[in-house]
Amino acid sequence: MTDRRDALKCLGVGAGTLFTLSGGVFSAFDLAQAQPVTGTPLFLQISDTHIGFNKEANPDVVGTLNRTIDTVNALPHQPALVLHTGDVTHLSKASEFDSASQLLSRLKAGELHVVPGEHDVTDGPGAEFFARFGKASGNKGYYSFDAQGVHFVALVNVMNFKPNGLGALGPDQLAWLKDDLSGRSASQPIVVFAHMPLWTIYEPWGWGTGEGEEIAALLRRFGSVTVLNGHIHQIVQKVEGNILFHTARSTAYPQPAAGSAPGPGPLLVPPAQLPGMLGVTVAVRGRKNALALSDSTLV
Amino acid sequence: MRKLLFALALAALPLPAFAADVTVTIRNFDYSPMDITIPAGTTVEWKNLDGEPHTVASIDGAFRSPALDQGDSYRFTFASPGTFKYICSIHPKMKATITVR
Repeated sequence: MTDRRDALKCLGVGAGTLFTLSGGVFSAFDLAQAQPVTGTPLFLQISDTHIGFNKEANPDVVGTLNRTIDTVNALPHQPALVLHTGDVTHLSKASEFDSASQLLSRLKAGELHVVPGEHDVTDGPGAEFFARFGKASGNKGYYSFDAQGVHFVALVNVMNFKPNGLGALGPDQLAWLKDDLSGRSASQPIVVFAHMPLWTIYEPWGWGTGEGEEIAALLRRFGSVTVLNGHIHQIVQKVEGNILFHTARSTAYPQPAAGSAPGPGPLLVPPAQLPGMLGVTVAVRGRKNALALSDSTLV
Repeated sequence: MRKLLFALALAALPLPAFAADVTVTIRNFDYSPMDITIPAGTTVEWKNLDGEPHTVASIDGAFRSPALDQGDSYRFTFASPGTFKYICSIHPKMKATITVR
């Protein structure tokens, strides 16, 4: 744990991960160490803003989100899209959603796409979250769209939990995903985003998705697949063939590394260390072989 | 002495349903007690002591609390017998059972 903290200490709020499309696969880099960004970032991944959280681990989640937004707004080229990978709010309250929307509207980056985290839907289906973000999907929460040649797929894995506590899509959504991907050219880059990790990171804490293997099987034939998740408030990555799995940091508070605490609650760190454990992810579609995977963001 | 024996005998009897309020505390991502058996008509209160919010959501949809922040509680009265498995919908690894006789 100490090693992890030391490794992350040097990064500031908003120091995030940069993705470049290299040889068809997005690669991740630490923004703090990256070469100057060439090209327009394709998207910003922001996650786990937890507006409404006010406990010791971070009494000012509005402040840290604002600092994050300022950092992103200062990028020389603004991302064309913003993907929020869930837990916009802490308790699914209308006032929290209102506050979050107001804060996020300060982002200069392009169109906002949001998938729900389990904290956003504690009031069940068809409630606050869907009233605000349900339009794109006919209130289902999952949908897809194309932007700049990339196929984006938004999935919901926080409303159909498996008995073992893992996230799940459920049979309807899985069938929809299969249909959505079928007939698509294998050369089209695919970006899948959902709140809970779509692969099993740590089963005892429910950090995974029950149908992870079935989802990966649908994605394997594509030449470039990026799977983006939040939920665990820290960067964890895995590369499997052409699929890069990535979880983003939170802008609100860190969580312990898998299994390093009695439970996955907020991780208390000295205030000076907190900014180094929060951040966002920026994806840049760069030139071929522009950069390589940076060790500093691997956990 | 006779009085004491009488009191002990009373205590050994099943509690009348209307009096049996039960509290389940939520601490460190666990319900405690995890599995309880209660008579029909019992009101159960869940109280969250964690800094992280939790919910109480039955698998069959019979009851579902809002998100309970630290110190918040939720009550539900079990009118008829049955076995009610429930989870925290925020942390579905948290599981417990209420058996109503």
